[in-house]
Amino acid sequence: MNRVAVVGAGMTKFVRRAMETPKELAYEAVKMALDSCQLTIKDVGCVVAGSAVDCFDGVHMKGEYLSDGSGGSRKPFMRHSVGGGTGVFSCIHGWMHVASGLFDICVVVAEEKMSSCQPHPQGAFLTVYDNTIERPLGLNLLWIVAQEMHHYMKTNGYSSEDVALVSVKNKGNALNHPAAMLGAKLTVEDVVNSEIISWPVHRLDISATSDGAAAIVLASESLAYRITDKPVWIEGVGYNLDTWYWTSRDLAYPIYVEKAARMAYEMAGIKEPQKEVHIAEPYDPFNFKELQNMEALLLADRGKAVQLTADGVTSREGNMPVCPSGGLLGVGNPISAAAVMKICEIFWQLRGEAGERQVPGNPKCGLAQAWGDMMQCGTVVILRK
Amino acid sequence: MVYLKKGVGVMTRKVAVVGIGHYGFRSVSPEVSFREMIYESATRAYEDAGLEPMDIDGFVTAGEDWHEGHSIADEITPDQLGAVKRPVFTVNGDAMHAFISAYMHILTGQMSICMVESRSKASNIVNSHEITAMALDPIYNRPLEENPYFIAGLEMNRYLYESGNTREQCAQVVVKNKRNAMKNPNAGHGAKLDLEDILNSEAVSYPLTSLDISPHSDGCVVFILAEAEMARTLSKNPIWIQGVGWCTETPSLERRDWGRSFCTRHASQMAYKMARINFPRKDIQFAEISDEFSYKELQHMEDLNLCHRGEAGFLASEGATDFDGDLPINPSGGTLGVGNLQEANGALKILEVVAQLRGEAGKRQLKDVKLGLAHTWRGLPTTSGAVVILSNA
Repeated sequence: MNRVAVVGAGMTKFVRRAMETPKELAYEAVKMALDSCQLTIKDVGCVVAGSAVDCFDGVHMKGEYLSDGSGGSRKPFMRHSVGGGTGVFSCIHGWMHVASGLFDICVVVAEEKMSSCQPHPQGAFLTVYDNTIERPLGLNLLWIVAQEMHHYMKTNGYSSEDVALVSVKNKGNALNHPAAMLGAKLTVEDVVNSEIISWPVHRLDISATSDGAAAIVLASESLAYRITDKPVWIEGVGYNLDTWYWTSRDLAYPIYVEKAARMAYEMAGIKEPQKEVHIAEPYDPFNFKELQNMEALLLADRGKAVQLTADGVTSREGNMPVCPSGGLLGVGNPISAAAVMKICEIFWQLRGEAGERQVPGNPKCGLAQAWGDMMQCGTVVILRK
Repeated sequence: MVYLKKGVGVMTRKVAVVGIGHYGFRSVSPEVSFREMIYESATRAYEDAGLEPMDIDGFVTAGEDWHEGHSIADEITPDQLGAVKRPVFTVNGDAMHAFISAYMHILTGQMSICMVESRSKASNIVNSHEITAMALDPIYNRPLEENPYFIAGLEMNRYLYESGNTREQCAQVVVKNKRNAMKNPNAGHGAKLDLEDILNSEAVSYPLTSLDISPHSDGCVVFILAEAEMARTLSKNPIWIQGVGWCTETPSLERRDWGRSFCTRHASQMAYKMARINFPRKDIQFAEISDEFSYKELQHMEDLNLCHRGEAGFLASEGATDFDGDLPINPSGGTLGVGNLQEANGALKILEVVAQLRGEAGKRQLKDVKLGLAHTWRGLPTTSGAVVILSNA
């Protein structure tokens, strides 16, 4: 199998970007990623774009629309989507382009501009439900997430205070992230006393919608060391989709994430994830999701994720830092871009370039994961230096 | 110009199409939902390849949210493909992009059998022009509130002016493709027409008339791809992928090349390089190329290097591209004859090339064909295209 390295990364600030079009956001991220490894768009063989929902930007065929801003003009260009899992999948799709042996250098960019969806992007989520059975109920995403959160907390015996620990940790971590929009010093009381949106989901349990883009540059083995001294290798990739009929799934445990993780671990030759993965960026659009995903990624035993968080194992100075970037809860959640941000973070952490966010102990292996579609998709990437 | 890595084509693993299945194609399909359509096609593909869902390593689908009427439309795909709790992803592009993604995934060595699915349920769409208009730039172009066919009219004008081909020669393409479709039991829009019918049909955007435009169809196409060793065990007549190429020019109406199809030229150069084809005119025996508008077939022939610039119209009017001509183009009837399948257009093209190379094309079977080319263009208002070259040996 051809090895593929991440050699550059870049991202825009995540915040409402009323002044920029989606194309410009994509351009900004790609330019930063290319600059970081001293390449120009002329060196790039192909471009891969990820973007979750056309409704947010309000553009049909969003891939085509983004193609020139992403640097894909007059180049092989493809767009893919797996809902919220799109970001990490972007990296996998880019990996395919290079690992297949067809290209040497591939730019991967993910962009989402949610603020143009008025009055609130939650309105667009109504259109992810079944046209006949569910849409007439006028649902948004929180309604279904509340069911999952409740089921997960009840199964594992967690309280609102337990899951609030994640919000406190991640929003605290984000204080050091220059692109973050929601860094804050909070206490568990702040979180559980915030407004209830859809029980048991509190306002501070949720990551905020945002605008932004993030990009990485991938290179083949023969070129990676010519571009940089510190390439970060993509060692494992995995993705998995469960049934669309969410009523027939186990809402407490995302088996699809476990399957995706096992696929990636097998490729990376990882037998004991808890020992071999040093740093993780699981998907945390809601605080309970980080805990649930850690368990499904086999990074925590089932029902033990809260204990790890409470003990500080997952803090930035802990044994296994989880979401040292601040995650979606802290940095913001422009859906597909947020998950590429996680790949960027692992890249910077493994290279020791994370600045104030740098975790101690010289981590060698990192994992990024995203979750998406109708709560049915898991995508996992394992990076090693 | 072509960014392919050195040595591609020599070192690349071989991948073949081992199973095909489709449902349709008809202008309406009230008897099935789009999920049932996918189920039907997938079942046929499994049967064709002699496989079960558990034998497939990964699934790739193609679709656009706004054509499905569903945000995150990829979430609906796993169940009816037999892909629940399996690796599945969606390419928001033409089926040929999805096909190429599956091909690349097999080349990486992580998977050895992949399934590709794409579908069209265009009859469910009541405001297709308005949806297409939403693909225009929201700031510069959308406020003009034009029907997007104006782009095709402008482009046709420019193309005819630059290449020297004539309006009548474009009409000849419609006559040929609708005639070819009469022999194709899957085609929904076959007809016996003459030049006058097309020239006198309702004007849409000068010089484009209504019969120059491919009418929409419903249908679904599924392929199963496998790496060489597996393909030889699975199939008596695997159809080998010799080369692939794809390209996007620019979404901007202001900056694109209106006379030529840049993406087609670039994508085909990439595919020819991979397939090590130096003289496409000589080596390609037949081609299924995008003919969403009549002039597009001529333009694409020229940019695929299947003839010289300005020669395509002559070849069409002399009958060289007819079913029994020297270079049969769109023996299936193309999208003009079969119908425009939106994202599945690329799949329709590959489907026909595979059927011809297998010798299963029935009444429209071409004689002694070994190497065929499938090409697609994503339709208005895009400048994205892809090429796949297939052979049966």
